[in-house]
Amino acid sequence: MYVAVKGGERAIANAHRLLADKRRGDREVPELAVEQIDEQLALAVDRVMSEGSLYDRKLAALAIKQARGDLIEAIFLIRAYRTTLPRFGFSEPLDTAEMAVRRRISATYKDLPGGQVLGPTFDYTHRLLDFALMATSNTEAPATAPHEPDVAMPRVTDIIASDDLIERNPPGVPGAEVADLTREPLSFPADRDLRLQNLARGDEGFLLALGYSTQRGYGRNHPFVGEIRLGEVEVELMVEELGFAVPLGDMTLTECQMVNQFSGSATEPARFTRGYGLSFGHCERRAMSMALVDRALRAEEFGEERKGPAQDEEFVLSHSDNVQATGFVEHLKLPHYVDFQAELALLREMRLEFTSKQNPETLEAAE
Amino acid sequence: MTLQSLSPPASESRRIAMGVLARAQRTELEASLGAHWPNLDCRVLRQPETGLVMLRGRIGGDGAAFNLGEATVSRAVIELPTGERGYGQVLGRDREHARLAAILDALWQKPETNEVVETSVLRPIRQRLATETAQTSAETAATRVDFFTLVRGED
Repeated sequence: MYVAVKGGERAIANAHRLLADKRRGDREVPELAVEQIDEQLALAVDRVMSEGSLYDRKLAALAIKQARGDLIEAIFLIRAYRTTLPRFGFSEPLDTAEMAVRRRISATYKDLPGGQVLGPTFDYTHRLLDFALMATSNTEAPATAPHEPDVAMPRVTDIIASDDLIERNPPGVPGAEVADLTREPLSFPADRDLRLQNLARGDEGFLLALGYSTQRGYGRNHPFVGEIRLGEVEVELMVEELGFAVPLGDMTLTECQMVNQFSGSATEPARFTRGYGLSFGHCERRAMSMALVDRALRAEEFGEERKGPAQDEEFVLSHSDNVQATGFVEHLKLPHYVDFQAELALLREMRLEFTSKQNPETLEAAE
Repeated sequence: MTLQSLSPPASESRRIAMGVLARAQRTELEASLGAHWPNLDCRVLRQPETGLVMLRGRIGGDGAAFNLGEATVSRAVIELPTGERGYGQVLGRDREHARLAAILDALWQKPETNEVVETSVLRPIRQRLATETAQTSAETAATRVDFFTLVRGED
């Protein structure tokens, strides 16, 4: 329990003024523009959009600037901002098969239709600090190569599915209700649509640790990266007055298709199973982690023994949201004076009791 | 001309035109409207506004839908004195972009102005978008992996 405490207004106002000053930093150093954050800290922007659960690069960049680079604080700002806007509706489901692919890799097939393209990646870099970036860099333009227009890049999982060697995805039922945790509080058991929504906005560090835990044996499910793809997808919104879905523009997505160990039964032949990850922007680590955790949370569906935290739906979904988590952890900073006084009084009473049991005479003497 | 009277191919070409307007830069639309219809008269039916659209993905890419997260969207509806209603809806918070897109959507529907919208407004934007896409594709193609197998010599 914390109680309202009056006073400290001037201290608070001055603390915020000091915060603004520290945010600006040395006035001799040029101020960071939101456009610079958008362009040059693009992956931080992607993370804030994903976990803020709001696709808007400029807003995410602004939030990062305002939060002095504290990404969870920036995510908090984005979540707060979204509550001020009305909701116009739901997009048509995004079609990742139609993605304008900028990166696509597979760990399951070397040669696959459409090939493998690395795109902009940290993979295979040596992780050596590049001191040249300490100065203003003179970055060379990217290499180009002739490209065939409209090279088909089918999902790797579709290729496996054509031989019926992998489970089918649960089919969409037209008009079926889709769970939405921004409207209904989380409840258990949670269906896969609700779990995926929760994971899609979950804290990357939390998802990464859980995904890692499954690899280390806490709910092992033997994953392969069937495919990771990054690129732009068209967003469409059904406009009722028009009677057709209207394109709103393109957005960047990262998709991870994890191919996991088989499941079969007396009536069903063995097939690979799936874990799925989808994220705003270029967030490969979070898409992979999400896919690992999505698969782990399906343990019951496949009759697997639930022995790892990553397989515990209630544990995972209740602790994945870093805005909720930081709210509850950080609220401990707020005044708990009355609570603490009560504990203090209780402790003193207990100690008095303890002392009196140890030396009954002392107490009698005191009386 | 009402929307209901549009044959499916006509509504498909309108849909494509709206996609170009959504991907346009606001300045491109401003310049086009200023150049071709400097004194355009139109009535606002829905004030430009910004809100949210919940974006949906599919489980496994092709399965049942789930809610991925939201995006900011701006929209506006206008009507020309001749009755054509234009709808503008674009990702982001630029309400003016939505309003301009709505005006051009209405002008696209009007038979007398359709061709000018197609050739003078949309075509240059399409060309710019195509150039950008081609550049991105060429950059991506340069990172294509050409696997080759090393032959293990036995002799």
